[in-house]
Formats: sequence, C-alpha cells, structure tokens
Amino acid sequence: MQWSEFFTSSVGKKFVMGLTGLFLIAFLVVHVGINATIFADLFDPTENGAMFNKAAHFMGATVLIRIMEIGLFAGIILHLVQGYMLEAKNRSSRSVGYAVEMGNKGSKWYSRSMGLLGTIILLFLVIHLAHFWVKARITHTLAPVTYNGVEMHDMFTEMKMVFSQSWVVIVYVAGCISLAYHLAHGFQSAFRTVGVHNKKYNRILTNLGLCFAVIVSVLFALMPIAMFLKWVE
Amino acid sequence: MEHYNMNLTLKVWKQKNSQDKGRFETYQVKNISSEMSFLEMFDVLNEELIREGKEPIAFDHDCREGICGMCSMYIDGRPHGPWHANTTCQLHMRAYKDGDTIVVEPWRANAFPVIKDLMVDRNALDRIVQAGGYISVNTGNAVDANAIPVEKDKADASFAAAACIGCGACVAACKNSSAMLFLSAKVSHLALLPQGGPERKSRVLNMVAQMDREGFGACTNTGACEAVCPKEISISNIARLNAEYIGAGLVSEK
Repeated sequence: MQWSEFFTSSVGKKFVMGLTGLFLIAFLVVHVGINATIFADLFDPTENGAMFNKAAHFMGATVLIRIMEIGLFAGIILHLVQGYMLEAKNRSSRSVGYAVEMGNKGSKWYSRSMGLLGTIILLFLVIHLAHFWVKARITHTLAPVTYNGVEMHDMFTEMKMVFSQSWVVIVYVAGCISLAYHLAHGFQSAFRTVGVHNKKYNRILTNLGLCFAVIVSVLFALMPIAMFLKWVE
Repeated sequence: MEHYNMNLTLKVWKQKNSQDKGRFETYQVKNISSEMSFLEMFDVLNEELIREGKEPIAFDHDCREGICGMCSMYIDGRPHGPWHANTTCQLHMRAYKDGDTIVVEPWRANAFPVIKDLMVDRNALDRIVQAGGYISVNTGNAVDANAIPVEKDKADASFAAAACIGCGACVAACKNSSAMLFLSAKVSHLALLPQGGPERKSRVLNMVAQMDREGFGACTNTGACEAVCPKEISISNIARLNAEYIGAGLVSEK
C-alpha cells in the first residue's frame, strides 16, 4: 500500500486526526502547567508573577522549544484542515436528511458537534494568539522586567491588563467550555482512532478523558477569572 | 401482558423510484392488535390500500424473525424503532398506544439509494464483503473441526462480531453515514480466528478501500451505531479495525 493511499483513506485520515489530537493534548498539559504558575501569587504575594515570567521566558528563549513550536503550529493546521475536510466529506454522505432526527438517542451532543466546537476553539485561538503570542514572539511589544540581571517580557502584567476587560474574560471562558466538550469526546476517541481496542483500557481512557477535559479547562478558565476578580494581582 | 387494540396515524415516506423526489403520506390504521408485529401492521395497511385500489407501501422484509437483516425502517428517529437490540420485524405493537402518530422513513445515506418507498439498495455492503470478507480454503475432505486450537475468549469475540446481520442500521444511525461498525464486525470476525490469518492484511486494506469507494462517511466514534445495532455489535470492533488497518497499511512494503 502506498503512503498516499493510506493517508487518503477514511481510516488513514482519521489516524492523522487522532495522532495530531494526542499531540495537541500533550501540548495542553505543558501549556496549562506553565500558566498555572500564575497561581503562585496566591501563596506568596511578593511573587508578582516572577515564576510565570521566568517560565514564559524559558519557553520563548529555548531554541529546541522554538523548533517544537513550529511542530505545534503544523499539528494545529493539520488537525483543523483534516478536520474540516472530513466534516465536509461526512456531511456530504447524506444528501437527504431525516424528518425526525435521532438527536441524543445513542450519542452525546458534543460527540456529534466536534466540528462546531473545534471552530469555536479556532476563533478563540486567533484572539488568544493576538493577545499574547504575537506580542511576545513577533512584535515584542511587551513591557520588560528584569530578574537576576536577565531582561524578559513581563507577560504577567500583560495578562492582568488583558484580563481586566470583561468581554475578554467571557470569550476565554467560552473558549474553555468548548475545549472541555471537545476533549470530553476527543480524548477517548483519539485513542480508539489510533487503534486502542482493549475494552479495559478504553474504559479507563474514557474516564481519564473526562477528568482531563474538566481539570484542564477549569484551570485555564480560572486564569482570566482570577485576574479579572483580582484574586491574583 | 394484556391485549388491546389501537388506532394509529402513520406518516410514511413514499417515493416512486430513485429519481423521484418523494414525500410523506399520512395513513390511518384501525383496530391494530397489540400482539401484531410492526410489519404485520404494515401488511394490514397494505391489504387495505390494495382493496381501495391504491398502491401499497413497498418495504423490505424476509425472515421476520430478526436474523436476516432485510427489514430496514427508520421509525420515529431511530433505525428499527424504539426497542433496544431489536429489528423492525421483532418490534411489536405493544410498544405503542391508541392514538399514537408514527413517522416511518427509509435508511438515509447516499450509499443506500432509495429503490421505492421504504426500500433502499444496500448492495454496497455486499460489495464491501466481496472485497475481502471471506477466507480461502482448499477443497478436499472436511478438516476436523478441532484441528486448529482457538482461544475461548477470541472465539467468543469473533462470534459476537459474526452476529452482524448486515442490516445497515449503523449506517442509518450514523451522522456521517459511516459503515464502520458493519465493516469492523466483518473484519473482526475473521481477524480474531486463525482461519482468517493468511488474508488478514489484504482483507482489511481491500475492504476499507471498497467502503470508501461506496461513498460512506468516516467514523467519529459517536456511538450511535452501537446504540441501534439489533445484534449489539460493540464499537470496540471499530477500534480493532483501526488497529488492523494501521498495522497492515504502515507495515506494507509496497
């Protein structure tokens, strides 16, 4: 079998979705872990975002991580292009629909709405990148801060500024809710798609996926909320 | 269970042929016994229509005992109607009460063109099986049934997959019109047995290729197929199919 044949088959396309999905899940672990350092402020008011700023600096100034960042963007693009192509193909497989839809008889609404949830996440991502990534990596328009003689972006202050606007907080929370539902289905589905068919593990992965979806999304959503409500200052 | 009679309103899809646009027609059926099957209720209606000189409603059926996979009605938003692990022919009218309105549609998928009314062409499923859903055996004397040892768990899993009757309810229920539950049952059935070993790789590659050619959608693991399957084929078979396909596709030396 040719590579092209494999990757253009319905199972091969889904394999790409599953693999990129798992890769993006791994990225979320890193992202939420690093950003959660803003909560260090809760335990030490003199912290003032130092731990977070240093972590963000490490991510921005390490060559290996910058190379991985290219891989991350490639993964996101592959996941969304392939996702939209599959969505279009799947929708076109039934030209005449039913008068009475099946609805939730047998499947969860979010498992049928991955395209919609993914689109909301994509729109959120555009806003999110414009808020932080563009300013930190492209335009370098963030205020500087110095720790032990090393100058770096004061990402923490920027976060506080961005999250002082209520509409931004609403957009971010909406993005996190979409992410939670996308992961609630996507996490376990990705493992099935790459071929994990052991019933015992599938059960564990389904529950693990639900926990992961809730924990990651709540942690992310707490960041804008905590800053807007000035729990973290 | 107590017997009762009922009057019902049926909204049934009528379509002359695959070119016709089709529409819903409303029928009143009277004095339907709660002990009748859903298809017998249609027989009563059709006899009435014939007596009135009208065209009866075309629908697929054969064994009427839930094992042939021919009946294929999409009833009130669910393939094979409201009962779990059940075919339309085994749905009985005690599922309904007097005065109910029932909407009956054909399976909807581009790979299943409507032939007439509630009958759809499901040959696409047969062509998927023809692409690899078999084993090659040399002719000659019958081999002793116990000559090849088979692990009990695998034999059971294979048997459970082999229970698929190919009715196409999984396709009808799937939002993507995917035939993956059907295909995965056929592939798992043979992949789990030593007899399926020699053609294991080419089988899965050829059957997936045929499924794609037929115009079915891809699987998104929603689970709607498993929920409506009259034979309770497990969605785990789809994950096994993925493993079989990825394994066969990626290690292929061509």
